[in-house]
Amino acid sequence: MLIIFVDQWKFCHYFLSMKAIMRIENLKKNYGNIEAVKDISFSIPEGTCFGLLGPNGAGKTTTIEIMEGILSPSGGKVYFREKEIDNHFKQKVGIQFQSTALPEFITVRETLELFRSFYPRPRSLKEIVEICSLSDIIDRDNRKLSGGQRQRMLLGLAIIPHPEMVFLDEPTTGLDPQARRNFWNLIERIKAENTTVLLTTHYMEEAEILCDQIAIIDHGQLLEIDTPQNLLTSHFNGALVRVPHSGRDDLKLDNSILQGDFFEITTKNLDITMKELLALKLNLEGLTIKKPNLDDLFLKLTGESLRT
Amino acid sequence: MRKFTAIVYARTMEFLRDKGTFYWNLLFPIVLVVGFSFAFSGNNDSIFKIGKIGEIPRAENSFLEFSSIEIINYEAGKEEVIEKIRRHQIDMLIDFNEQAYYLNNEASASELLRILGREELVNFTEREVAGDPIRYVDWLVPGVIGMNMLFSCMFGVGFVIVRYRKNGVLKRMKATPITPFVFISGQMVSRFIIVLITSIVVFTGTNLFLHFIVNGSYLLLVLITVLAILCMISFGLIFAARLKSEELASGLMNLITFPMIIFSGVFFSLEGTPKLMQTASRFFPLTHFIEASRAVMIDGAGLVQIMPNLLVLGGMTVVFLLTASFFFRWE
Ligand SMILES: Nc1ncnc2c1ncn2[C@@H]1O[C@H](COP(=O)(O)OP(=O)(O)OP(=O)(O)O)[C@@H](O)[C@H]1O
Ligand SMILES: [Mg+2]
Repeated sequence: MLIIFVDQWKFCHYFLSMKAIMRIENLKKNYGNIEAVKDISFSIPEGTCFGLLGPNGAGKTTTIEIMEGILSPSGGKVYFREKEIDNHFKQKVGIQFQSTALPEFITVRETLELFRSFYPRPRSLKEIVEICSLSDIIDRDNRKLSGGQRQRMLLGLAIIPHPEMVFLDEPTTGLDPQARRNFWNLIERIKAENTTVLLTTHYMEEAEILCDQIAIIDHGQLLEIDTPQNLLTSHFNGALVRVPHSGRDDLKLDNSILQGDFFEITTKNLDITMKELLALKLNLEGLTIKKPNLDDLFLKLTGESLRT
Repeated sequence: MRKFTAIVYARTMEFLRDKGTFYWNLLFPIVLVVGFSFAFSGNNDSIFKIGKIGEIPRAENSFLEFSSIEIINYEAGKEEVIEKIRRHQIDMLIDFNEQAYYLNNEASASELLRILGREELVNFTEREVAGDPIRYVDWLVPGVIGMNMLFSCMFGVGFVIVRYRKNGVLKRMKATPITPFVFISGQMVSRFIIVLITSIVVFTGTNLFLHFIVNGSYLLLVLITVLAILCMISFGLIFAARLKSEELASGLMNLITFPMIIFSGVFFSLEGTPKLMQTASRFFPLTHFIEASRAVMIDGAGLVQIMPNLLVLGGMTVVFLLTASFFFRWE
């Protein structure tokens, strides 16, 4: 008997851990003639960090705000724990917008207290201050904060309800590298509470460090979705060669894209590629070879630089 | 309840700490009342208002045709007109049917009018009416306070919600479990408390120096004020329901509030103005506030006499609230 129970429990646990906390199906959003989101579907397993990546105007904010229940989709469905989002949804999630305003002339403490009052079982002020390191700025006017301090406060607002899931829309854009790293630590802490995180970002490094799964979108369409590692190995098993085109940008090279003054060639066999380049009599001065990272993948997929 | 008080607290702090708005709300009406009391203390307004009953006989160069004299025709209700003279609201009443004219012997205009009418009214009997002059400020103070209430209610709730919608505060609220109903009521209650306190402070503050005539009950004045504030806030909410642009909102609000102020009798009596204007003014909450408070202050009216005004204010509040909640959107 006991063994069966244990097995069942194990089975349940396994099943739950794989279960999607959120799922979107054929999501569409039109603004007049602009198709901001065209038929995107994916699901986010509970307790993971899911990264939504894409260049400016890709449709990240639109997608995430539909999932938050802020925007209504032109088509498609959003499920939270396999049910369409209902009135209780907002008590269970924490939301941080790409840009937001707060009631003015109140301090950080008053802001937190105001938002705490909205939730039935809010986290204690002390805990929020501790997690988000707000003690230095707690009595400051909420408009007189640096970019990093403000993001920490906004994250503090998002974690008030002990959320099952947090939505963070470009939380680290505009922060210096130090502040960004601090913010990553905060997110790691939230993840450690088994909170699911949905994050949009322009920084590949950030996605690589934080995210268990990445979806790359552009022009409102889903281009790729996988773990960072799988994305890299499936697209680049080999090396990335960058060579100046020296004015011969009309050359047609296999597996290459033109990137400014350079060809970027992905190759499995360096030997062959080098021989080909020599045969073409390209000037090889300035040639570099490197292991590709997500930035390179992004360029390959979208043909544009992320940090525009 | 906790969320409700938190919203009220936050909004009230925003008002108190925004020093500019705070002083503006308090000082503007005080300056206006005090300023007017000085400007009109000489009681030297050149326009005389003369009431008449019956037909004016034809006469060459009658003083009744002077441009500085305004004739108001009264059909009946002679008692009320005499009451107006007693309060210095009109300067003279000529009853051509009874061959009599009425003057207030405490009004400075009376002497002049008596001289002007010496020839034409030679066979008329003069009847004197006695009554303390109601200074212009006594009459003006409800108007100025009402006007300040109107601004504060419209811009303090309606306009601020439009701003919240534009800058994204409402969107942030939408991302929490708070309902628009709780959020908006919190805004309303905060503004209600602010406007009520400001109005009382402005009144008592100016009263210290100007000693207004208050013949009726102070409690009744508070009741009128309470109803009028609710009504004006609800009116402002209609603008707040959908608008996204602050410029459009403030434009529309000014477009509406200015005629209201002009046609509600803040600065001058509606007596003798075109019928259309008087009818239109019936639809403005400010008119009913001013009318009821003047009745209480100057005529010493009781609850029964001002009941129509109170009912209209209450009814308008309900209509405005229903309209606003029907059209309201977070975004
Ligand atoms: N309210 C709106 N009205 C009209 N078009 C809109 C609106 N919001 C977004 N768009 C358009 O929809 C597309 C997707 O925008 P979205 O904000 O989702 O992009 P994003 O991926 O979040 O970009 P960014 O990285 O710059 O934040 C863009 O072309 C944008 O111009
Ligand atoms: Mg965005």
